[in-house]
Amino acid sequence: MDSFVKISNLSKTFPTDDGNGLEALDDINLTLAENEFVCMIGPSGAGKSTLIRILADVLQPTSGSVTFAGNQDPTRAIVFQSSNLLPWMDVLHNIALPLKIQGESETAANRRAEEWIERVGLSEFKDEWPKTLSGGMKQRVAIARALIQQPQLLLLDEPFGALDALTRDQMAIELLKTWDLQHPTVLMITHSITEAALLADRVVVFSKRPGHITHELKIPFERPRRAALRDEYSFIQIVKELRGMIMD
Amino acid sequence: MQTSRKKGNLIQNLIPPLSIAAGLVLWEILVHLSDYPAFILPAPSQILLRFFRSISDGVLLYHSLITFLEVLGGLFFGTSLALLTGYYLAHHPIAESVLFPYIVASQSIPMAAIAPLLTIWFGSGMMPKILICSLVVFFPIQINVIIGLREIPRNLLDLMHSMRADRLALLRYLEIPSALPVVFGGLRISATLSVIGAVVGELTGADAGLGYLINTARGQYDTAMVFVAVGMLMLIAISLYTGIVLLERRILRWQGTD
Ligand SMILES: Nc1ncnc2c1ncn2[C@@H]1O[C@H](COP(=O)(O)OP(=O)(O)OP(=O)(O)O)[C@@H](O)[C@H]1O
Ligand SMILES: [Mg+2]
Repeated sequence: MDSFVKISNLSKTFPTDDGNGLEALDDINLTLAENEFVCMIGPSGAGKSTLIRILADVLQPTSGSVTFAGNQDPTRAIVFQSSNLLPWMDVLHNIALPLKIQGESETAANRRAEEWIERVGLSEFKDEWPKTLSGGMKQRVAIARALIQQPQLLLLDEPFGALDALTRDQMAIELLKTWDLQHPTVLMITHSITEAALLADRVVVFSKRPGHITHELKIPFERPRRAALRDEYSFIQIVKELRGMIMD
Repeated sequence: MQTSRKKGNLIQNLIPPLSIAAGLVLWEILVHLSDYPAFILPAPSQILLRFFRSISDGVLLYHSLITFLEVLGGLFFGTSLALLTGYYLAHHPIAESVLFPYIVASQSIPMAAIAPLLTIWFGSGMMPKILICSLVVFFPIQINVIIGLREIPRNLLDLMHSMRADRLALLRYLEIPSALPVVFGGLRISATLSVIGAVVGELTGADAGLGYLINTARGQYDTAMVFVAVGMLMLIAISLYTGIVLLERRILRWQGTD
């Protein structure tokens, strides 16, 4: 597989009032192959969201670089840690928004949004304001809004964090299915080791702040993966190994 | 439970009009018991009669219309200018720091003090009044536009940037809707200020409008007419305010606690 994005010697320090600065990321080196699914695990405040925001090009690194294969500027979509919906748009328009920004017509954008609303199981709620949705429903809207863009690089910041365990599993499987269809390169933050092992080709483990990568583990399971994989012995072994890395 | 709450609401809704009615009756009795001449304190019944007379000879409507147009004109020009400059200043902090002292200084001049100047320069027609209204309307709205745009959450800006929104998309999908609630707040204040501005302008020197009507009626000791004109002013201010609140409720239905 070809390398798709290369993160080299990337550091990020946020300015602080006392002038010392807050070091969020320290010398990150990470390469994502084309179509690879990478999960990131690490303690709270390690700088994971910061790294995702830099990759989404909404934040500039202090030093180091992010380079894409062939120096192209790939299409990217991000699901933020908080669902981040526009409160003045109903579910349908939130999901259709990226298409409209890209210049698609109102009708075409809405038609595709309807498909995605169905896929994330929110058909009944398409005309609702975000304020009336539960946390999990909001996050599903945010996921649909990202996937509708069919991005080359999909950035997921704890997309299932607000979901209950059942919906969470369901969404993970749903995500696997769409990934099988679209094959974007994915970088996903999660706090769930099982989820990481189920979804990812590779898991990277972050240290405490300032975040740097302490471990990497290839997840060897065949694709397409099914939910039942989680009960297999080899899977449980991988989960154990990951847990050991995080405890370090 | 439900019905008793409804009943409570009904009673609560009835209290203000009843209180007003009681006040008017008291006023009427007071005037009849005391010997105040009508030019000092006319009774509500006399004011009502005066109201009907000024309606039937068309005087009241004419002058009310003039004032109303001045108020609306001021709201329109003041708001437009405030929206444009507010948008610009919100995106150019340096320009804001340069211009802000002047804007604040201009606001600390009492409008009663500039009204004579504007009359000297622009005469006694509607134009100087529209100018005064624009001036008083301008500031609350501009401030609120700047605040509204500055308060847009970082996360939503990041979202729009991640979707590669250009200036126009940013304005349409993020900036306008998120600044609207604050701007409406400014508009509510401005509507009332605009009515005051128009009257101050008219009292300074005018040949038409409710302020002019008040001045002439006072000169003729027609105090009942003064009351009628003041009542009309209140009516204009309240209708504008209510109109804006209703519009706000319609447009901002998405608002509410998360
Ligand atoms: N815009 C910012 N300005 C200043 N400091 C920031 C900013 N964004 C993040 N930080 C700081 O950088 C550090 C890393 O934050 P980040 O959100 O990347 O952590 P995280 O790994 O995503 O944590 P969590 O798992 O809790 O989401 C934190 O200490 C945070 O306070
Ligand atoms: Mg985070």
